[in-house]
Amino acid sequence: MSAPMLAIEAVSAAYGAVQALREVSLEVRAKEIVTLVGANGAGKSTLLMTICGDPRARTGRILFEGRDITRLPTHQIMRLGLAQVPEGRRVFPRMSVMENLLMGAQVAGHDPAPLLEQVFALFPRLKERQAQRGGTLSGGEQQMLAIGRALMSKPRLLLLDEPSLGLAPLIVRQIFAAIRDLNEREGLTVLLVEQNAYQALRLAHRGYVLVNGRITLAGAGQDLLAMPEVRDAYLGGGH
Amino acid sequence: MAYALQQLINGISLGMIYGLIAVGYTMVYGIIGMINFAHGDIFMIGAFIALISIVMLVSGGIMEGPAAILIVLLVSMCVTSLYGWTVERIAYRPLRGSFRLAPLISAIGMSIVLQNYVQVAQGARVKPIEPLVPGGVTVMQAEAFVVQFSFMQMMIIAVTLAVLAVFTWLVTRTPLGRAMRACEQDRKMAGLLGIDTDRTISLTFVIGASLAAVAGTMYLLRYGVIDFYIGFLAGVKAFTAAVLGGIGSLPGAVLGGLLIGLIETFWSAYFSVQYKDVAAFSILAIVLIFMPTGLLGRAEVEKV
Repeated sequence: MSAPMLAIEAVSAAYGAVQALREVSLEVRAKEIVTLVGANGAGKSTLLMTICGDPRARTGRILFEGRDITRLPTHQIMRLGLAQVPEGRRVFPRMSVMENLLMGAQVAGHDPAPLLEQVFALFPRLKERQAQRGGTLSGGEQQMLAIGRALMSKPRLLLLDEPSLGLAPLIVRQIFAAIRDLNEREGLTVLLVEQNAYQALRLAHRGYVLVNGRITLAGAGQDLLAMPEVRDAYLGGGH
Repeated sequence: MAYALQQLINGISLGMIYGLIAVGYTMVYGIIGMINFAHGDIFMIGAFIALISIVMLVSGGIMEGPAAILIVLLVSMCVTSLYGWTVERIAYRPLRGSFRLAPLISAIGMSIVLQNYVQVAQGARVKPIEPLVPGGVTVMQAEAFVVQFSFMQMMIIAVTLAVLAVFTWLVTRTPLGRAMRACEQDRKMAGLLGIDTDRTISLTFVIGASLAAVAGTMYLLRYGVIDFYIGFLAGVKAFTAAVLGGIGSLPGAVLGGLLIGLIETFWSAYFSVQYKDVAAFSILAIVLIFMPTGLLGRAEVEKV
């Protein structure tokens, strides 16, 4: 088996005095969708941000395509071929949709035009709204914009933080379908953080469960879904 | 009528200078949320660099025509930018992530450092120069009163408009401007998109300082005398202009500058020169009571 695209080895991180991650190890192989599920405050978003160097890992190593990125500054990490759709979407509110998208390709050094076409094909709504300010979009549209913006850098690894948060079920399905599509057709590797464990585990090839900053379970998405402790804790027994 | 027209011309050319400085305050505030109290002194440095390059050109025997003024302007912009860059690098960047007041205190320190440095290096005496752009046109004549629109004032207005046009293009149409606006709106996200935010902030200081250098050069040419202390009052006025226009708003800074220039000029002309600063600051207080975000503050304004 080839080396993983992303390898996180015994990484601990903290915000100030608050320990958020405790010796987390996980890996994402090329063309995989891996999901990280866990309750609020388990450290899921912190893990995605730590991969991007903010906050820095206090211990352990992070390797992207075999290269140690643990100590690189954020902007240099983000130029290596990974992109993040962060918690809260963080669309630039006083920039047009078009400018938001162009920001995604700003440092990539390739022609943004073909990628724009791709993003507009994936989310036709963005094409209609391209002159509108980011801050005036609805939540679902902002999520599409945040994903589109991340795709504009032509990443090999996409870090997605709670794409379903606060969105209507129909839009969530649309967005999950788009992720699956990107993975299957473009071979995009995805690390997906979700509270919506049921859908995330169904979508993902593999999953990890994070509890209080520690990985407690790992396995194939379907297997995790079947485990009673996962069902009880994250799926509410419902579904 | 004729008298008022003359004051209008004077007020606009003064206001343009304030506006250029105010843009520097508002840009820096927009991008890192601090008031760069040393910015007035950067303006003063710009005026001194212009003075030194004029003296050098004159001693080299080439002080003729618009080309010479262009050279002075460019030299002043380049050297002053370097000062702006250095100030950010040594006094503000190390304090990023520190508590909010730290860079403000550091800025006051830099202001004192720059003033004293120029006082020691250039002497405390007032430095005069010969008028470089004499003459003007008579706009109208009413009995004994002649309305003069001097070539100098025309040049100030033309240069300022040209510089502001280039600057607006830079901010709204170029990748650098987009990166600056991105850092202003969400610096962390800009970093996540691969933008080197420290570099973008440095460039903001460089641009702000070069605009202040244009203002300093214009001030020198217009008034013909400078000293190491001119940055203080001009800085406070320009800061007032930035707040009046809505701090963070670029068009607001220019508008605020024009208003402060006009208020000051008209007040001096019709009431008393001694109280012109009181008038300018009173208007600021009144506007802020009714419009706390300034005239063009927030919401629908393009900001850096």
